[in-house]
Amino acid sequence: MSTHREGQPRLAGPAVDAATVVGPPPSTFLEVRDLRVHFPTADGMVKAVDGLSFRLERGRTLGIVGESGSGKSVTSLSIMGLHDSANVRLAGEIWLDGEDLLGLTPERVRALRGKKMAMIFQDPLSAMHPLYTVGQQVIEAYRIHNDVSRSVARKHAIEMLSRVGIPQPASRVDDYPHQFSGGMRQRAMIAMALSCDPDLLIADEPTTALDVTVQAQILDLIRDLQSEFNSAVIIITHDLGVVAELAEDILVMYAGRGAEYAAAENIFRRPEHPYTWGLLGSMPRLDRAGGQRLIPIPGTPPSLIHVPPGCAFHPRCPYEELTEGAARTDVPQMLESMPGHRVACHLPTSTRRRIWQDEVAPRIAGEGQEVS
Amino acid sequence: MVAFIIRRLIAAVLLLLIVTFVTFSIFFLVPRLAGASAEDLASRYVGRTAGEEQIHEVAEKLGFSDPFPVQYGRFVKGLVAGADYSTGPTTEYCPAPCFGYSFVTYNPVFPELLDRLPVTLSLALGAAVLWLLAGVGTGVISAVRKGSFFDRAAMTIALAGVSLPVFFTGLLSLSIFSYKLGWTAPGGSYTPLQENPAAWAYDLLLPWITLAFLYAALYARLTRAGMLETMHEDYIRSARAKGLRERTVVLKHGLRSTLTPILTIFGLDLGLLLGEAVLTESTFSLPGIGKYAVDAILTNDLPKVLGVTLVAAFFIIIANLVVDVLYAVVDPRVRLA
Repeated sequence: MSTHREGQPRLAGPAVDAATVVGPPPSTFLEVRDLRVHFPTADGMVKAVDGLSFRLERGRTLGIVGESGSGKSVTSLSIMGLHDSANVRLAGEIWLDGEDLLGLTPERVRALRGKKMAMIFQDPLSAMHPLYTVGQQVIEAYRIHNDVSRSVARKHAIEMLSRVGIPQPASRVDDYPHQFSGGMRQRAMIAMALSCDPDLLIADEPTTALDVTVQAQILDLIRDLQSEFNSAVIIITHDLGVVAELAEDILVMYAGRGAEYAAAENIFRRPEHPYTWGLLGSMPRLDRAGGQRLIPIPGTPPSLIHVPPGCAFHPRCPYEELTEGAARTDVPQMLESMPGHRVACHLPTSTRRRIWQDEVAPRIAGEGQEVS
Repeated sequence: MVAFIIRRLIAAVLLLLIVTFVTFSIFFLVPRLAGASAEDLASRYVGRTAGEEQIHEVAEKLGFSDPFPVQYGRFVKGLVAGADYSTGPTTEYCPAPCFGYSFVTYNPVFPELLDRLPVTLSLALGAAVLWLLAGVGTGVISAVRKGSFFDRAAMTIALAGVSLPVFFTGLLSLSIFSYKLGWTAPGGSYTPLQENPAAWAYDLLLPWITLAFLYAALYARLTRAGMLETMHEDYIRSARAKGLRERTVVLKHGLRSTLTPILTIFGLDLGLLLGEAVLTESTFSLPGIGKYAVDAILTNDLPKVLGVTLVAAFFIIIANLVVDVLYAVVDPRVRLA
């Protein structure tokens, strides 16, 4: 249908995209506008995030997907205000419930941290202090933002541990993190993060360090707690399987920029960005034909100091030639190819759809290309 | 934990026995092996004018011609049960624990050591408090403000502190603060704490600062390095993510982890210091165990040297034990076995 992008300007001009227009506080619960996170280093400026926009409503889940170094964790740390201010250059806007986090004082952001927004980290063993009991750490998280006595906070901590499915919470509350199993530790981390009932929960690779059998339990837990607390959730992962379970919307990131941003269903059913195709092709699936090999994306993720000009993905993109050089020179803008589906790609929408239907989808599904 | 402590105490006793054996051998066996006769040993216990007859008599009395195991057995027996020492006309009883009897001062060694212990303890503990506060405090501030003027100045001074020996800084500070400015005691005096706390502190102030400077420098560097490492841990990020104030993050979460290894080193340093206050006490002429040891060596008073060695070994062994037990207390991941 719409092929309006064929006539887009070749030069990177001001974005046509509404989400990047600077304006008044949005009504959306969380809105990130043109976020740029750069780290000056001795070797040059590391552009970890370079113009990222997305939005998220309460009660919804957004999955941010990408390879290592795509900027997904850096994005979440920027929202939490956890970057060392001496070593980072932040630009853009992060609106959370009517406040631009990047414009607030550090003290105000600190007050929001843990209460309004909370975070679960990848490795629960290293993310919990080894010398304090699990209970002490949950109690501490609660008492920062709630003026209650130690015993009230302790009751609340036990209740939280029980809520996240830790058996015998009244005695386990006095255990140290090393006395917990990996899955239990991640549950305790979640209890700690949720203890002040945050409106926004960011889960950074919450299941990567866990046993496969435990992964599903933790994902179920996050989903259950989300519906219970009606919080907005951002799941950051390199594993499309994880976001398939949880997320309603998916943002695919590449080299610090958004590549594709759409409803989860559309990312899996009709993905439009060649990088998304690559991710889908390299994802193991049980329903694929037997003997079918995974299809890796050729090349390696780019250096964030010397990001390739134009579309950062073009050196690895098999369809780069079809853009007649545009991908080599111009940074593609995130544009709607259809309502709610944004793609940053120089290929005409019609071409992308044809390639997906005729070439990529059959190959991923495993029809034809059997490996002997 | 109780079983662990009991086992370690038994081991400590055995270790002390080994220390006594080695020390005793150095003084009473090695000279014999090197060709000295019993009379040569005995000649140190008599006056210069003594004739051969007297020397022989003393050698017999002190049992220098007995086989070595018998001599060592007698020494150990004295430690446990006390011993008699004949001084010629009279016989002195040296009550247990008898570390030996000095024929220079005509006194059992152990009570003399006990008399001097408060001086050494005062010096070491006072300095320890100072260096722990100053060293750890400086280290934390340096780590948090890494690269700042404070950090660079503190680390430069710390480098000097680590490199300069105490007899140099001690004499320098004595000449400036005591003799030029007259702010501190000129050394050589010690007032017991129970008599006059103010005078006690006044007499010890300069030795404390001199000794603490050396150790504080070391501890500042240790703390800074530890904090820099700890503050990059994931759990520090978690603590910040909870919304904790930076001060709490640094002091409650960062310093807590950094202090664990520092505590270990602190215990060992303190044990060593109690045994090795030689330089500081000599510099400031404080009548402690270190000074006692120097005087004993200078007067060839072997029983005293033996006694000091035993006391030093005792402190070091006890400090090790305390550190091991404390480690399990401060780090729940450590299980004593």
